[in-house]
Amino acid sequence: MRGFWRAFRRNRLALIGGIVVVVLVLLAVLAPGIAPWDPNRPDVRKILDGPSKLHPLGTDQIGRDVLSRMLYGARVSLAVGFVSVGIATLIGIILGALAGYHGGTIDAMVMRLVDLMLVFPRLFLLLAVLAFIRPSIWTIMAVIGLTGWMSVARLVRAEFLSLKEREFVLWSQSIGASSYRTIWRHILPNAIGPVLVAMTLGIPAAILTESGLSFLGLGVQPPHATWGNILNEGKDAIEIGWWLSAYPGLAILVTVLSYNLLGEGIRDALDPRLRQSIGRIVSRAR
Amino acid sequence: MFGYALRRLILAIPLLIGITFISFLVIHLAPGEPVETTVGESSTQSDAKLRERLREIYGLDKPLHVQYWNWVTRLARLDFGRSFSPDARPVLQKIGERLPITLLLNIVELLIIVTLAIPIGVLSATRQYSTFDKITTVFVFVGFATPDFWLALMLMILFGVQLGWLPISGLRSPTWEYLAFWPQQWDFLAHLVLPILVATFGGLAGFSRYMRQSMLEVVRQDYIQSARAKGLPERVVIGKHALRNALLPIVTVLGLSLPGLIGGSVIVESIFAIPGMGQLMVQAVFERDYPVIMGNLVIVATLTLVANLIADLTYSLVDPRIRVAARRGRR
Repeated sequence: MRGFWRAFRRNRLALIGGIVVVVLVLLAVLAPGIAPWDPNRPDVRKILDGPSKLHPLGTDQIGRDVLSRMLYGARVSLAVGFVSVGIATLIGIILGALAGYHGGTIDAMVMRLVDLMLVFPRLFLLLAVLAFIRPSIWTIMAVIGLTGWMSVARLVRAEFLSLKEREFVLWSQSIGASSYRTIWRHILPNAIGPVLVAMTLGIPAAILTESGLSFLGLGVQPPHATWGNILNEGKDAIEIGWWLSAYPGLAILVTVLSYNLLGEGIRDALDPRLRQSIGRIVSRAR
Repeated sequence: MFGYALRRLILAIPLLIGITFISFLVIHLAPGEPVETTVGESSTQSDAKLRERLREIYGLDKPLHVQYWNWVTRLARLDFGRSFSPDARPVLQKIGERLPITLLLNIVELLIIVTLAIPIGVLSATRQYSTFDKITTVFVFVGFATPDFWLALMLMILFGVQLGWLPISGLRSPTWEYLAFWPQQWDFLAHLVLPILVATFGGLAGFSRYMRQSMLEVVRQDYIQSARAKGLPERVVIGKHALRNALLPIVTVLGLSLPGLIGGSVIVESIFAIPGMGQLMVQAVFERDYPVIMGNLVIVATLTLVANLIADLTYSLVDPRIRVAARRGRR
């Protein structure tokens, strides 16, 4: 652990990414306390006002404060990011562990399921699902999680394939430990590093997907403020209110960038040899 | 080679069946009847009427396996049903109209990405840690993090609204019909500039990164040392010996990234009002036009499958090791 911290600290970009992530989480948690205005209170005298002292990031079509809406939007983005990646990771770990540990038919079935899920362009699948169920913050979290577990499953399977031949696993099996115990107590803890990296890199992907859906008007529904929703409204005002589109997008960019830097930093610090397999983990969410 | 191709084709069949299975699952995913819930308020029909029609086409009151079988046999005959929208045209016809423009955009994007990413990747790998390499690394990280819909809005504000250089919506100007032949082509191209720019941005970042990574791995190999040792000029060592080997994994990555690229059409086509499959999908979701949604989903997934197959076969064509390994049953 100390070796990890030492290696991580030396990576200045990853450190900056980590700090920005912490600041973003704090801003999201403290949003009700620090937002200068009520995010949902319209003000007809201030429709599409540019950035000013009173409204640092301007106001929208019905005079709501953009900065306050963005602070509340951060809560949605981060919550969706964390929960959907949690769901995806859980599914990925279970399926990947079963496939890697048992091999044979189970492995073949899980891997075919992964292949199958990967032939669906994610946005098309998400849109099809959202045509049937009412989009809310919970359904968005669920569908993003359910369509995003494949990379984790592949990763965990690969780890299990190499770990299950190691002596401590054979030893555990030879003294009669159940496969359940061997998987959870002995193999999984050794595979947790790459999973952690995949999670850190999965959060920004989920945030991009959520804001994309909200931008299309099929994500978290208004009047809930989310970065994607503000951008959706900004789309209709590009000729007068550039600030309505510029700032929320910038927030998404900075958030995603920071998580990516942090994730890459954790990976390099955990094991420099993992550097090569990065391409497999980073996948753009579309 | 023929045997390998045949085997890949046979392996694609269960995936094709799987595509119909997952799509069928989507219809039944919603708690209760799939027609009870709605998206937005823009529906043109009453719930009861919609439910009635859905029950009719999907036979929702029949047992599941009967429903699935009916649906799949109709798909096999390329019968995707009729659109729920007032025109009630066949779904296949609606999609057929929009497929060419989506394919055209995606192929052009792919060509641009590949032609730019390969030299960028090679240059940053051979000049690792140079200023060029550092600039591209920054570009890669920013490219990964930029939401395409935001980039589209920013470019629209800059080039469309502020500077007024480029059109920001549709494929043709309203005055298109009155233009001469060449101005017409010019007008069409001008409409494509921003959408293609937006769609290539993220992909370009990803591919330059893969190319750099792949090149870095190859130049460490012994055969590159040998090529240098026998006195070949660096141009030949990099441009021929290294490049050929570094390109191999890129073919696979290309195949894997296709779903992402096609999925990106949804956003790009919606923003720039391009009448392609992505825009059709979004419209269908808002109008609850279920036959169009399901048809779109099945066709897009099948297209991706075919594209993956082509990438696979290309890979085995350029790298004989794959075919041999497959024959030995290691794949």
